[in-house]
Amino acid sequence: MIPLNWYLIVAAALFSIGLYGVLSRKNAVAILMGVELMLNAVNINLLTFWRYRAPTTTAGMAFSVIVFAVAAAEVSVGLALFIAVYRRFKTIVTDEIDLMKW
Amino acid sequence: MTAMQIVFLITAVVTLFAAFRTVTTPNLIHAALWLILALAGVAVFYALLNANFFAVIQVVVYIGAIAILMVFAIMLTRREMRDRGKQTSGRWWWAAILGAVFFAGVTWMIEAVALPSQPTAAVPASSIADLGKALVNPNGYVIPFEVASVLLLAALIGAVFVAWTRHNS
Repeated sequence: MIPLNWYLIVAAALFSIGLYGVLSRKNAVAILMGVELMLNAVNINLLTFWRYRAPTTTAGMAFSVIVFAVAAAEVSVGLALFIAVYRRFKTIVTDEIDLMKW
Repeated sequence: MTAMQIVFLITAVVTLFAAFRTVTTPNLIHAALWLILALAGVAVFYALLNANFFAVIQVVVYIGAIAILMVFAIMLTRREMRDRGKQTSGRWWWAAILGAVFFAGVTWMIEAVALPSQPTAAVPASSIADLGKALVNPNGYVIPFEVASVLLLAALIGAVFVAWTRHNS
């Protein structure tokens, strides 16, 4: 069987890569891709702890279902916002959308 | 080393490499394709965890819907993508340092705790049926389930409203 900490380390690496993507990318859609990687890392952790600590209960799985639903909602609203922003500013490079920045 | 561990290590290498290319490749369409590979690797992790239902959901929701939505958004906003040169902001090394420090800290924390290498029990054969019942059980998770439903409905209406074309303006 695979040790529990292998999953946790892979999920931590995936989360760190997603964090790097969110902070370093200029394009808004690429930032959203980083967020997706981070959400997936969190979901791996949730299901790993469910499998290794409490496989006979449903709490871990229910939590994971909610994370899936929130991720889907977040992406649909985020991409709709980017398309609306693109229509108005003709760009989705985050450096150039500085209307609310002093 | 068992066969499952070998599968795990290969999947981990492929997933992390695909994730790395997702956040570093300048061409955003390629980034979306690498993202699909990374999400497929995560689906393999779910299958290794005996969470077969979540492996299927990962393929249907993430690869089938979210990644394709990303490709649509990239293509609808394409003009700015490739001819701007650098895709990373000027302070990307701060992001790299922060990511590396976060990973080192979390790994140190994981190694500092004694974690089991074996699951406490096998997954019961009725686990998916139990999940379905728990999600509609008033003593279970019916309220989070309904909140998630309302959230998805609000996201649907909000996305349509935000992206709507106003011809008269």
